[in-house]
Amino acid sequence: MLIRRVDSWPLEHELSGFTEFDRFRRDLGLLLNGRQSQFRREEPPAGVFPLLHVTHDHDNFYVRSEVPGMTLDKLDVSVTGRTVSISGERTIPSENEHVRYHRQEREAGKFRRQFNLPSDVDSDHVQAKYRHGMLMVVLPKSESAKPRKIMINS
Amino acid sequence: MTTQTQDMQAREKQEVNGTSESTMSGRTFSPQVDIFEDDHALTIVADMPGVPSDNVSIDLKEDVLALVGTPSLSIPEKEEVVLKEFESGKYFRQFRLSEVVDQANIKAHLDNGVLRVTLPKIGPAKPRKVPITEG
Repeated sequence: MLIRRVDSWPLEHELSGFTEFDRFRRDLGLLLNGRQSQFRREEPPAGVFPLLHVTHDHDNFYVRSEVPGMTLDKLDVSVTGRTVSISGERTIPSENEHVRYHRQEREAGKFRRQFNLPSDVDSDHVQAKYRHGMLMVVLPKSESAKPRKIMINS
Repeated sequence: MTTQTQDMQAREKQEVNGTSESTMSGRTFSPQVDIFEDDHALTIVADMPGVPSDNVSIDLKEDVLALVGTPSLSIPEKEEVVLKEFESGKYFRQFRLSEVVDQANIKAHLDNGVLRVTLPKIGPAKPRKVPITEG
């Protein structure tokens, strides 16, 4: 069994969203690794969907995620302070009953993922776009969170 | 607590390591697929998030069907990575068809990153490139 390291900084996962088993895996992951998290973690935490790619520049955070085959009414993004929540339900329409499956690898089901960005965002101006099965959320940093150049006086 | 549907879990993308796609650059991943058939057709449904319809190619040569999808996503260089849980790359997967399909009537449709290829059964075997529709 592959046990992934599942620590949670800077993007914290909501603990209540975890099942007992996920929590166990999480604890075990911490135990086995025995160290604090690094900033740029490459490994996704166990038992979460969807996977995220988070970047930022001077003005915005950008969250990208692969969620193919969704309908917009079943995909939700909400933002409070620095907490972003992505949830939804992926349904795979059932085929007619005469079909015989040779392979069924694609998954359907509910998902919810909540995580914290490193700083506050302006939640009134968040934009989300869903295209080609990719979710892209642009979150403007709040004014106080933007880096400010300080003049140095001699 | 009862839920009707199962909770989804992320699966690590499966990287393709083979000789057949040596002409492609970058990383290549194997998309997750459903394959099913009824009396009339064989259908393959593949998850290819990030791939627009222009970037899909479906090739049938002899009895081997190859699906290739290239995502359009590119991260602007000015953006700095905070967290990266998945890699982007081409999708590639090929299938050996056990039945003869009607190549002139193969249909492919890409919708929100899900490619659906329908291969009607029975017909002669000639190489043919399949056009894609998006909707």
